[in-house]
Amino acid sequence: MIAKPSSLDDALMAARLCAIDSVGLGGIILRGGGDLRDEVVAALHAALPDNAPLRRIPAHVDGDGLVGGLDLTATLALGRPVRQRGVLAAADGGVVVLPMAERMSGATAAQIAAVLDAGAVDGASVRLAVIALDDGVEEEAPPAALVERLAFRIDLSECRLPDAAVPGTLAEQRMAAHPPVSTSGMEDDPAAIDPITILAATALALGVDSARAPVFALRAARAAAALAGRSTIDSDDVLLAVRLVLGPRATRLPPTSEPDRTTAPPPPPPENNESEGEQTGSDLPEDVILAAALATLPRDVLERLALGRGPRGSTRSRGAGERRKSAVRGRPLSARAGVPRGGLRLSLIDTLRAAAPWQALRDRGNGPIRIRRDDLRIRRFEARAETLTIFAVDASGSAAAARLAEAKGAVELLLAQAYVKRAQVALIAFRGTAAEVLLPPTRSLTRARRVLADLPGGGGTPLAAGLDAARALAEAARGRGRTPFLVVLTDGRANIALDGSAVRARAEQEAELAARTIGQARIGAVFIDTAARPRPEGARLALAMGARYLPLPRADAAAMHRAIAAVQAA
Amino acid sequence: MGKAFPFSAIVGQDEMKLALLIAAVDPRIGGVMVFGDRGTGKSTAVRALAALLPPMSAALAGFHPEGAVPPPAKATVPVPFVDLPLGATEDRVVGALDLERALGAGVKAFEPGLLARANGGFLYIDEVNLLEDHIVDLLLDVAASGENVVEREGLSVRHPARFVLVGSGNPEEGELRPQLLDRFGLSVEVRTPQDLASRVEILKRCDAFERTPEAFAESWHSSEKKTVKRIARGRAAVSAVAVPDAMLARAAQLCMAVGADGLRGELTLMRASRALAALEGAGSVATEHIARVAPLALRHRLRRGVLDETGSTVRIERALEDLAAA
Repeated sequence: MIAKPSSLDDALMAARLCAIDSVGLGGIILRGGGDLRDEVVAALHAALPDNAPLRRIPAHVDGDGLVGGLDLTATLALGRPVRQRGVLAAADGGVVVLPMAERMSGATAAQIAAVLDAGAVDGASVRLAVIALDDGVEEEAPPAALVERLAFRIDLSECRLPDAAVPGTLAEQRMAAHPPVSTSGMEDDPAAIDPITILAATALALGVDSARAPVFALRAARAAAALAGRSTIDSDDVLLAVRLVLGPRATRLPPTSEPDRTTAPPPPPPENNESEGEQTGSDLPEDVILAAALATLPRDVLERLALGRGPRGSTRSRGAGERRKSAVRGRPLSARAGVPRGGLRLSLIDTLRAAAPWQALRDRGNGPIRIRRDDLRIRRFEARAETLTIFAVDASGSAAAARLAEAKGAVELLLAQAYVKRAQVALIAFRGTAAEVLLPPTRSLTRARRVLADLPGGGGTPLAAGLDAARALAEAARGRGRTPFLVVLTDGRANIALDGSAVRARAEQEAELAARTIGQARIGAVFIDTAARPRPEGARLALAMGARYLPLPRADAAAMHRAIAAVQAA
Repeated sequence: MGKAFPFSAIVGQDEMKLALLIAAVDPRIGGVMVFGDRGTGKSTAVRALAALLPPMSAALAGFHPEGAVPPPAKATVPVPFVDLPLGATEDRVVGALDLERALGAGVKAFEPGLLARANGGFLYIDEVNLLEDHIVDLLLDVAASGENVVEREGLSVRHPARFVLVGSGNPEEGELRPQLLDRFGLSVEVRTPQDLASRVEILKRCDAFERTPEAFAESWHSSEKKTVKRIARGRAAVSAVAVPDAMLARAAQLCMAVGADGLRGELTLMRASRALAALEGAGSVATEHIARVAPLALRHRLRRGVLDETGSTVRIERALEDLAAA
């Protein structure tokens, strides 16, 4: 039976490879999949030597918890410094699981990345395999610093547990036949295939630029060969490495001449088992590898690539300053009881003040001031929330092309200011039958310019869809502690309903409902009516939205920018 | 930590290597900003350079508390290389009250931060553009003055903090404010080579290094030694390199032609040309030196038109051509 390997099989394979070479491969990112992820974690854990530690790290872990630091409570109780070991050091030789990796802060990811890079915490060697669990929705992804350093990314969201399997035993069954192996002492046989050239060429063809990726692929191939009990890498190992390591990192389709790849179903993977006998020892043609790699890519990845976009999350911006209450900067607030760690700073005076009344009771001699944990006070600051300006731009045929160009100009002007003011900008365009987030919240001028340059125009006006998308983005931003501000540029003539049908009455009704929902969510907004002759619909929508209504029939980019800035300042 | 990858074994990335060598010859240039994606060998190159430099006098590296016994005059330590993690707090960067000793023993002591550890060596910051602004401000300030002044929590400490600041970042993930960018001496853009031969070579070398780091380092030993010699010669010669008036005028003309804001551009251009001349064993700065370092020294200082798509490098090259023709 030749079946496309399920992503669960891939994940279990990746787990096995990680167990063989955890330091070299870093680990796995598992997306979606619910309980299946536990199978993979169990599989990896089972394949490691007995008693290998397994630690879960919560997304909100602080620096001391990760890499160790002063155990304040014990230090105070004993009157001498007591250090605590961080969870990464404690997991040496085992597995670290990162649940909700998509919500992990860039700082935490950077710390884990540094430990993976150095293979050590404070000079003591630490060997880890990391499994990052990504529950993210479309626009969320684990921090790029982490993604870059883990060899495998596997999407389990389409996967179901086989009915026959009892949870928990699946992994054991699959592991049982595989005794521990290692890649040490393996040599590339010069007479066999040349995995280095093949992997480098494939990475190049798929637009994988990071030098880490082919290195990971090479290690994965080597681990796969070791797993199969071979001393040299053969074509199967290379194919596996390409599928598991390079495939998910692809940023473009290879420039081969196969037309219509996205509409045609991917070709079935080559039957490796048969060819093994003859193929070993000869060069694998590059296009065979590429075809195999493409065949195993998930369909949605192919579609994204065909549209000229990179894999999910690869260019997502993660600006600093996602917090509103800051522990480190901003306007000082009163001190509060708490333990200074993870960036919180001790407020010395307030701590002493809290400890002072108790000295007579605590003091047994002329020793130093006795401070207990309860006395500790930390400083707090309040920083102003960052703003996110969301542009919802009508790119339909009724909004003239020139108007669209002006809207683009206004976005660029705002963005040029935004990066001085540390604000972010996002762009949603609605046209045809749906709305699309063209520019997720970003501060990057480079990126915005590129997206804006490609902004297409024409088609109907799915106003309701555009407003709903804008509201979703605004609410997500609010959840992250930013203050959203909505700029809607449209002529207000909704003619496409949410389901894509061209029923004007329903489209208008839905648009009004969407506008009212925005009003109820109390999102700051301005409605710019771009119609050449403004009609009452625009004003009505603005009212429902609780937005300022600005009819700007002949607005140029600069005027639009001035108007928005004025409203926002008010 | 394991052995560093040999500097000479890095495939391509000549501009980045040149910028780092210039910064190693004259640390006053004010650091290097490297723009590029992940996995292009940025941190590998910086680490490699730090490991390459000969051990330095222990008295000039790191932090020496007041009143402590100074290290013996002949003691040497490896050139410090400090990695500043994203999300580092101000306390960790500048140093703070030593909580351990304050709470445990009731002693007011200074716990040196990352700046103190980097003294005499390199401070590497990955993803500068994601670092909080006040920390970047602070870093650039210390890098420019060469001294870290701590006035907080009842502490009053000042200690030398001379280091070469190397930042890296991806402009796709957020811009660096222009006023911060201007403070970096040189900037380079790195890209993964797009030809198969280089890519194969990179993978081969990474693999060889990983399997037998010692043997791999050994095979690069002689070219590494040559680089060390070049740097040492450059360092010795840099202060003696003459800058003819004609060259000063040329640098100024170039800065005006491309519209680089401020004097920092001219100063850096001049210093970098001199360091390059020293590196190549030339007695005085020539046109060719200026032309080679101009993109590095000026690229990030050009005022950018919001709607202008022309890359900064192209503008500098055009200005250079115009000057050469004039």
